[in-house]
Parts: sequence; C-alpha cells; structure tokens
Amino acid sequence: MRTRGALSASGASVLLLALLVLVPIVVLLAAWQQEQWATWQHLLDTVLWRLVGNTLFLMVGVSAGVLLLGVSLAWCVATLEFPGRRWLQWALLLPMAMPAYVLAFVMVDLLDYAGPIQTFLRQWLPMLPDFSARHPLWVVITLSLVLYPYVYMLARLAFEAQGRAVLEQARILGDTASSAFFRVALPMARPGIAAGLALALMETLADFGAVSIFNFDTFTTAIYKSWYGLFNLQAAAQLASLLLLFVVVALWLERRGRSRARYSEIGGRQTLRSRPRLAWGVTLFAFSVLFMAFLLPVSRLLYWVIDNGLMQVDARFLNLIWRTFLLGTMAALLVLSLAGWLAWVKRHQPSRSVSVAVRLATLGYALPGSVLAGGIMISFSAVEGWLADLGLGIVLVSTLAALLLAYVVRFMAVGFGPVENALQQVRPSLVEAARTLGASSAEVGRRVYVPMMLPGLLTALLLVGIDVMKEMPATLLLRPFGWDTLAVRIYELTAEGEWQRAAAPALTLVLLGLIPVMVLTRRRAERLDSPQG
Amino acid sequence: MMRAIATVAAAAVMLTGLWACSEPAAEEELVVYTSRNDHLIKPVFDAYTEATGVKIRYITDNAAALTARLQAEGERSPADMLITVDAGNLWNAADKDLLQPLDSQVLAANVPAELTDPENRWFGLTVRARTLVYSPERVDPSALSSYEALADPEWKGRLCLRTSKKVYNQSLVATMIQRLGEEKTEEIVRGWVANLATDVFSNDTALMEAIVAGQCDVGIVNTYYFGRMKQDNPQLPLSLFWANQDSSGVHVNISGAGITRHAPRPEKARDLLEWMSQPEAQKLLADRNMEYPVNAAVEPAEEVASWGEFQSDDLNVSVAGALQVDAVKLMDRAGYR
Repeated sequence: MRTRGALSASGASVLLLALLVLVPIVVLLAAWQQEQWATWQHLLDTVLWRLVGNTLFLMVGVSAGVLLLGVSLAWCVATLEFPGRRWLQWALLLPMAMPAYVLAFVMVDLLDYAGPIQTFLRQWLPMLPDFSARHPLWVVITLSLVLYPYVYMLARLAFEAQGRAVLEQARILGDTASSAFFRVALPMARPGIAAGLALALMETLADFGAVSIFNFDTFTTAIYKSWYGLFNLQAAAQLASLLLLFVVVALWLERRGRSRARYSEIGGRQTLRSRPRLAWGVTLFAFSVLFMAFLLPVSRLLYWVIDNGLMQVDARFLNLIWRTFLLGTMAALLVLSLAGWLAWVKRHQPSRSVSVAVRLATLGYALPGSVLAGGIMISFSAVEGWLADLGLGIVLVSTLAALLLAYVVRFMAVGFGPVENALQQVRPSLVEAARTLGASSAEVGRRVYVPMMLPGLLTALLLVGIDVMKEMPATLLLRPFGWDTLAVRIYELTAEGEWQRAAAPALTLVLLGLIPVMVLTRRRAERLDSPQG
Repeated sequence: MMRAIATVAAAAVMLTGLWACSEPAAEEELVVYTSRNDHLIKPVFDAYTEATGVKIRYITDNAAALTARLQAEGERSPADMLITVDAGNLWNAADKDLLQPLDSQVLAANVPAELTDPENRWFGLTVRARTLVYSPERVDPSALSSYEALADPEWKGRLCLRTSKKVYNQSLVATMIQRLGEEKTEEIVRGWVANLATDVFSNDTALMEAIVAGQCDVGIVNTYYFGRMKQDNPQLPLSLFWANQDSSGVHVNISGAGITRHAPRPEKARDLLEWMSQPEAQKLLADRNMEYPVNAAVEPAEEVASWGEFQSDDLNVSVAGALQVDAVKLMDRAGYR
C-alpha cells in the first residue's frame, strides 16, 4: 500500500500537468487586461450575431449528422449481419484519415456551378434549378462525413460490449425491437456516444479550414478576422477564450445531464448477429457513406495527381512524409503517456481537485489551432526572456519541445478518453483477485493491465497520431527549421490557390493516415472474429 | 503498469529533449521568415546561395502568424528578414516596429518609390495587378470601365467577387477609401454586393471558372491567377480588362521584404535584399508566378507581357496597410462577406 505522502505527490503532478496545458490558455486570458472595445463594438454592430447564429446552426447540424451516421452505422455493424459487414466495419473508419479541409475543397469543386455535377445536370436536366455549393447544408454534410467516425467507433464499442443478453431480456420483457433499442441499448451506450459527440463538436468549433473554403462564417471567422484583418491579436485571444468558456459550460451541462447513471455491462462479446430482411439495403447505406466521405474525394485527388503528370517523389517529398510521420509518432507517444498518468491518478486518487485538473487538461481540443499556437509561442518567449535575464540563453520558441507541447495541449482530449476507458475496463475487483491469487505487482501489470488495456491504448495512440499528422496551423507557427510536414506543404500550395497541385501532398497525407486506421481496425477485427479464448 | 507508463513518458521526454536543442544559425547563414511560399521562393534562395555561398534558412507561414512570432521573439529573434505578400502585412510589421529602415542606393534605384515604404523599412519585390476579368462571349469590353462602375445596376446578377476576408480585396477597398472617401466607397461596395450573381468565392480561380461556366459575366482577380488558367487552357473564353485607365489606374499590390528590427546579420540581409531587386532575381521572383518585376529595367515574362501595358495606380502601396482596418470594417458594414 502506498503512503499518503506518495499519493499527494502524484496528485500534485497531475495539477502540474494541467497547469502546463493551461499556461497557453492563461496567456490568452491575459489578453483581457487590454480592452479592445473598438474591435468588439465593430464586431457586435456588424457580424458577431450572425456568426454566433451560424456557429449554433453548425453545431446542431453536425450533432444531428454525426449521431445519425455514427450511431446507426455502429448499430448495424454491431448487431446485424449484412453482405460486406466484415470489411465495412473497418472501412467505415477510413474517413478519419481525411482532413476536413481537403474534403471541403473537393466538395466545393464537385458541387459548384462550374463543377462536373451541376454542369452535367444543366446539360441533361435543364429544368432543375441551380444550387449553391456554398450553402450551409453542405458545410454540415462535409463536417459530419469526416467527424462521424468518432461517434461510430465509440458507439460500436459500446454496442458490442453490451452483448445480446441485455437486448434479449428487454425483448422477453415485452419491448419491441425498436423500443429495446431506444430504451435499453441507446441509454446504455450513451457515455460512449456522448464522448464521441463531444470530440466531433469540439473539432467543429475549432475548425477554420473547412468553413473558410465554404466561406461559411463561424465564430472562428471572427477570431481570424480580428487577427488577420484588423491586426488585433488581443481581441482574437479574447474571442477565443469566450469560445472556451462556451465549451466548458457545454461539457458541464452534458455531465450534469448524464447524472450519475452508471451501467455495469455484463460482458461476453457474443457476436451473434441477426440478419435483417433488407440486408442489402444496409450494405448500400454503409457503402454510400463510405463513398461520399472517402472513396469519392480520394478518387478526385487521384485524378488531379494524374492530371498534373503524377507527383514528383524526390528527396524533399520523402522528407516531408518522414517528418509528418515522426511528429505524429512522437506526439502520440507523449500524449499517451501523459494521458495514462492522468487517468491513473484520477483512478487511484479520486479527489475534486484532480478531476477538475483532468477536465482542464482536456480543454485544448476546442481551441482553434493557430490561436493556441499563438498562446504557446507567447508564453515560451516570455520564459525565454526571463531565462535570458538570468543569463541563460536557451531557445524555446520554434523548438520541437514547443511544437510537441502544442500537440499535447490540443490533442489531450482525443487521447485521454480511450485511455481512461481502457483503464476502467480493468475493474479493481480483477486486480484484487489477481493479488489474492498471489500475483506480484509486476505480474498484475503484465497479465492483467497490459492485455486488457492494450486495445484502448492503441486506439488512443492512433487517434492522436492521425490528428497530429493532419494538424496545420500550430505546425506552421511553431515548427523548427526544416520540420515541414505534408500539411505545411498543402497550406503553402493552397495559399496561392494551387489546390490541384496540393492534391499530391493531400493524397499522401490521407494514405499515411490510413496506416494507423488499418492497424487499429485490423487488430480489432481479428480479436472480435476469433473465438474467445 | 505505472512503471511502463513512466518508462514511456521518460522516453518521450528524452526524445523531445534530444530534438529540442536547436543550433543557432551559422555566421554564413541567413534566416528568413516568409509568407511567399516554398515553391515560389526556394528557387530564388537557391540561386542566391549558388551565387554567393550564403545559405538561407527559412520558415513559411502566413504573414499575421510570422508577425506575431517576430513580436514575441523580440530581440532574441533569429530572423534577419521578413518577406510577405500584400503591402498591408508589411505595413503592419513596420507599424509594430518589427522592421528597420534601410538606406540603400541600389534599392532606391531599382524599386519605384510608390512600391517602397515612405520610411524605407520595406521594399517591393514583385507587383501584382488586381483588375477586371470578363466573359468575351457575353460582355462587350466597351461596357467596362472601372471597379466603381461594377456597382451600377446594369451589372445586377452578373458580378462575381471573392470573399472580403482576402487581403487583396481589403487592399483594393483601402485605396478606394483613400481616393473617394469612406461614404462614397461604402456606397460602391454596397452596389457590388447588390449586383452579386452568387455567394462570394473563396478563391480567384473558382471565380473565373464561374464566369466561364456562365454563372456570372465579370469579376475582379489578380492577373497571375488568370495567367495560370490561360496557361492550362489557352482557348478559355475569358479576358482581362485593365480597370480605371481613365482615372486612378489599375490597383497594384506587392510582395515585398524588409530587414527585421533585431536582425542578427543586418549587413548580410541587406546584400540579399539588394540582390533580389537586381535583374536575375527579379526574373526568378516574378516569372515563376506570372507577376510583374518591380525593377522597371526587367521585362515581364512573354505571356504576362501579352496581356498588354497598363497604367497602374500611383498611390503609395502603404495606404493598403494604413487603411486596411477601415476597409475591413467598411466591408462588414456593407454586408460584403
């Protein structure tokens, strides 16, 4: 047994970690010291309310979209048998590798008046009215298509963990199939679904790339307008901290709404699935989602790459790939270990301050990347300044450390969820049983924790890896010399409007993101389809 | 388990520490922050290194981020030079005291005064013209005259514009404010918005594609985007019109550079800046993106020259920066998204 002193030391370490994550955010809050009423007044008088309205619309729309797609697909894959299920169940995760800004560009290109779809329609069905490719609905669809995998993945895990027994009991007790779903399966899966939804919404709030391609103005637009257009970084930081406040309130409400409901799931991963009458219909539905979110954009990118005379794979390009991969791996390992630590302390020393610290440490996901990067840059250069005053000429800004810290702050939420879930799988009773049976603590680690947590840890590792590789604004601002990534190259080409030329790095980025998705899904597929034993 | 986590954490931290030490630039090197991007600027730097042996390390990003970085780094900044597109961004950097004045005969001779900071803190490198583009199938060029005239009711439902969030449009409107005053300019911008055929576009190329497809008849674009499209498809039914030839002249902007306030190697930076205003570098800078050289002694690329000569606006381009905030606010008021 541990002593009290050791426990509070670990508690302190969590607070320290939360503080580290908080520093850039606090720097942003410090912006409130300088009032920027002129800018605020202007925004209030002109665009702010429209932007808030747009943002709310987008959140409601994306919630509906990811829930509809994510939950229904997860349910189908987890409980129904249909043609192609075995490969669709992992292929449906592929859109995760697609950066939102890339899908957005492909969508606008395809749907615009001058694009192939409307050109075709005008030619063959001239009576149809024209439509705008920059309609808000397309923004909702685009973001839903790239973000539904978060909900799908976590909901599927939950549905699969429920096992059929629960549902069968509900049916025996007189529920119809649909009411069994709504009254039993869905509420039980709620924590997983809510976690997936929270990730999707935080990403929606932070998104700038995709919405700016649609020219759909959201709250982030106001942030960037203040910074880039009105040369006012303080006002931008103030707006960003308001955004954060909004997220805090939303998360708090969600937690309250969930009340204290706990469901202990009766285990057993029975993979018995019923075959619906319209099995092919299910296949068609799942395939169309996959087609829209992944196959279509990838083939469009491929078309451009070929159209541009294929890509030039030279040493520089290979270097981009290598750096992208390296950054993804390093950041993912770092996030994983810190998230593991947080989850561990939260479990073994549950106190109010620890759980608050943990919640604070996972806020960064909702911050627009470049605002966060700005906060990190400012705080690092302040520390640099203090050190210089002490006679220590240490460079911090634009070092790998600064960049990795940015990734940790931004993506802690993505890694923490799966890690915490994985740890919860290891019920204390299991550990106690192992100890009672005489296992040493090393043995408990090796034979209980590691095998039980491995899938969750792997999930966290891969999710963070993918997100880091797609990350653009913080990488741009904080990268050391020579650390250009594929996302950086995409930015450079698109900044000059050369979208078609950006197809080569974009396609490479998607393919690179596929590797983790494949690993993730293959492992799971093997585990689930092999007999238990 | 805890030990495993701790080991991974330690390994990750050590790995970070390993990479974190970044060695300072060597004496024979220059450090440049540039928002003119890799594929356009690297050939220029490569040529310079070949000619002089001076190596150049650079970071690309957008101008606002690079400016914030310079500001945060202060006197510890490793950067010697800032290169941006759009004079507004250079004006902003100078306004925040991040650039130092430079008294250079070479630059004074090679870069026209209206494309240079009045206090010599930044200098134009290339010129970008923003003018009208139209469909020769549906528009008689004699009906076109100026940016202002696009607000006339005859263009109702025929005009395409790019978003007001793009700095190119902010600069255009800023120069209009300077010449016509806020009230008149706002009236014109409202007229533009009323004439829009569809939602504003997020890039110039998409705008021109819309004109070709018949969604609208006329728009405002930077000429190099036009050049790029024509290069891919010379038969495209799309033409340029030089705006405001009877009045203020075509709106021009620059990509340009200045030496940073705390440059560790100001002399070397000066050499590079002067070299970039000379013919060899001017060709490399301008031709690669079909822009115009600032140095009047250097001819634009053949393709670019084929679009004809034009009278350009002789207002100092720093106006774009000084009035950018006003322009953004004006466009917000006028409902130009």
